Amino acid sequence: MRRMNGRQKTALLFGAAVIFLVLVTIAGQVLSEAAMATDFSRKDRPPCPEYLFGTDWMGRDMFVRTLTGLSMSIRIGLLAAGVSSLLALFLGIVSATMGRAVDSLVTWVIDLVMGIPHILLLILISYACGKGFKGVVIGVSLTHWTSLARLIRGEVLQLKEASYIKAAGKLGLSPWQIAWKHMVPHLFPQFLVGLILLFPHAILHEASITFLGFGLSPEQPAVGVILSESMQYLAMGKWWLALFPGLLLVLTVALFDVAGESLRKLLDPGSAHV
Amino acid sequence: MILEAKHISFRYGTDSRQILNDFSLKLTCEERVGLIAPSGSGKTTFCKILAGYEKPDEGEVLLDGRPLSEYKGYCPVQMIWQHPEQVVNPRLCMKEVLAEGDHLEQRIAEGLGIETDWLNRYPAELSGGELQRFCIARALGERTRFVLADEISTMLDLITQSQIWSFLIQEVEKRGIGLLAVSHSTPLLKQVCTRVEDLE
Amino acid sequence: MDKKKVILEIKNLSISFQQYDKGFGRTELDVIRDLNVTVHEGEMVAVVGSSGSGKSLLAHGILGILPYNGVIGGTILYDGGELTRKRKEQLRGNEIVLVPQSVAFLDPLMKIGPQIRKGKKDPESKEKLNRIFESYHLKQEVQELYPFELSGGMNRRVLVSTAMMGNPRLVIADEPTPGLHMKMVRRVMSHFRELADRGAGVLLITHDLEQALEVADRVAVFYAGTTVEDADVSDFAREETLRHPYSRALWRALPQNGFQFIGGTQPYVKDLPEGCPFGPRCEQFCEACRGEIPYRELRGGKVRCLCAE
Repeated sequence: MRRMNGRQKTALLFGAAVIFLVLVTIAGQVLSEAAMATDFSRKDRPPCPEYLFGTDWMGRDMFVRTLTGLSMSIRIGLLAAGVSSLLALFLGIVSATMGRAVDSLVTWVIDLVMGIPHILLLILISYACGKGFKGVVIGVSLTHWTSLARLIRGEVLQLKEASYIKAAGKLGLSPWQIAWKHMVPHLFPQFLVGLILLFPHAILHEASITFLGFGLSPEQPAVGVILSESMQYLAMGKWWLALFPGLLLVLTVALFDVAGESLRKLLDPGSAHV
Repeated sequence: MILEAKHISFRYGTDSRQILNDFSLKLTCEERVGLIAPSGSGKTTFCKILAGYEKPDEGEVLLDGRPLSEYKGYCPVQMIWQHPEQVVNPRLCMKEVLAEGDHLEQRIAEGLGIETDWLNRYPAELSGGELQRFCIARALGERTRFVLADEISTMLDLITQSQIWSFLIQEVEKRGIGLLAVSHSTPLLKQVCTRVEDLE
Repeated sequence: MDKKKVILEIKNLSISFQQYDKGFGRTELDVIRDLNVTVHEGEMVAVVGSSGSGKSLLAHGILGILPYNGVIGGTILYDGGELTRKRKEQLRGNEIVLVPQSVAFLDPLMKIGPQIRKGKKDPESKEKLNRIFESYHLKQEVQELYPFELSGGMNRRVLVSTAMMGNPRLVIADEPTPGLHMKMVRRVMSHFRELADRGAGVLLITHDLEQALEVADRVAVFYAGTTVEDADVSDFAREETLRHPYSRALWRALPQNGFQFIGGTQPYVKDLPEGCPFGPRCEQFCEACRGEIPYRELRGGKVRCLCAE
């Protein structure tokens, strides 16, 4: 077999990561009924071929529960990261184009949000919005846009000063044409990569505030809920309740990171020589 | 038409060196004026002001008696830059780069030796001399009345320099476009221009 | 004439890059295909080629600071011995000095003065730096600035000062003068000349033939990845003494020599023709030019052309 070059490998990696994540999301959705099914005849089983991740104290299949939880996390991540990056795009562009006063205001807000520890602000916002699904999504969205906004602001500022943009103006192109033809193709890849790299943060933070009890409610199948419940049973030697869901969460987050990084490599002409 | 720079003074920021001090220049559509200037004397800045990229601190630029800034849309005064790679978007292919400008006659691309094959390439896939030909073509749109050439051939080899200039001279003469050629090289300007001025 | 010692000899140097096409194809890009230059002690040799022809990579190749995807071939002999990676690291900055093209090569976190003195604090080196700065009209305060605070012209002068600081045996100057005032160009050039007269070898990489003719002893003409001619500066006085058709075309294109031109363009590295890179533009082109062209001695210089006599 011909050896693959770096770029093909990167593309393959990206594809594999995305397929895995999509499968988890769909599987979790499909299995959500099964995840709730209790059966006391099979409670507290350690991992075995039949129940890969074992079962919990109510006889629920931990594998199915974990999948459903992850699926939930990914969907929350998707929504929160989407809202967050759109916010970033909007504020970044506004900040760079609407004059000095707006710019200072936006930069001040960015600094403010960045200055407060993420998790603290998240808990505050989530609690204020009544916790649950809504609270988590709003909380994560409102805390994760800052670094992407800063990046986009910088890019736009730099683009505005680029000689080729100014020359385009002298050639009679309107501001809209310049934005569409010159700026969007430059910003889009950055935006896309920023969006994907937001996922891991969003998912981890969702899991952590749920774990701490400020996020999703206990009856929802979330990884954070699974982990916090399993804490009570850990001391009783039921290690599988926390280990497998935890590992799978780490894997999911890592895969999002892989997907984002490989996409960045593929889109960035600067690293076109991988 | 007449392009006129009146008493131009300019400096970047407030505390930096005065780059231009009360400089005036007038050129008509029929002439090719050479501006002899050593590097670092503000000639790029002067070209930028004359083409409307920068606003002078004092003085004004008039095209047929009207301030240049009043001309909206395609600017009749086009500047050709020293470094062509800075004025083309690296993400656009050359066909799109050319299409940015005004309508172009086929003749211009041919006269500049632009090969059809280059049109589908990206800027990074062309040499400096090839890229500069595109920038010159783009600046020679139908509505162009004045061309400002800021050291356009210093980074090129001598043969390319002479190719480009002979085409440019022929073209501006034919269409009655005024030319301002800025360079540090006196022999070059003597070859190219009808009149040579000193920036200092 | 007594033969001076060869300090740098570059034989059949090639530098290529791996580059991706659109999609997933990958191509090898031979930016430098076959470059030959020799620098003797006390000699100033100019490598002249148009911008974007890849000649800056030459300097990076010699010093071993190519980007990670660059592959280098051929031999570089320094002082008679092969210039290996280890020797490059030992020598650069001491015996071999680079005057780079941009300030991006300076440490942004170190003040100019200490940076050029390489941290030395003895009065002697301080005194020396002061003298160098004075001769370039750089104020002494500049030593207290960080690289980002310098203006374009100052940058250049600071970069040139770095070469004057030590006692280099080989100076490689990569386009040291664009953006400088003509007077300053002359002064910088005269300093390189002085270094050469004191016994160092100077390799000047430039696009400006006229400038090279003013200061250098020999000129290597670089065209589309290869050196096509190695000539004494005096050979450029008349067209007839030049060897390669490209050098002759260059000569004729000088504004003072008639400003004539030939058709065609210097090809981009991806579309080099077979055999002689100048072939498609050459009047004397013949079938044999499609083959391998040796770099041969001719009338005291060298030429890569079958037809030159």
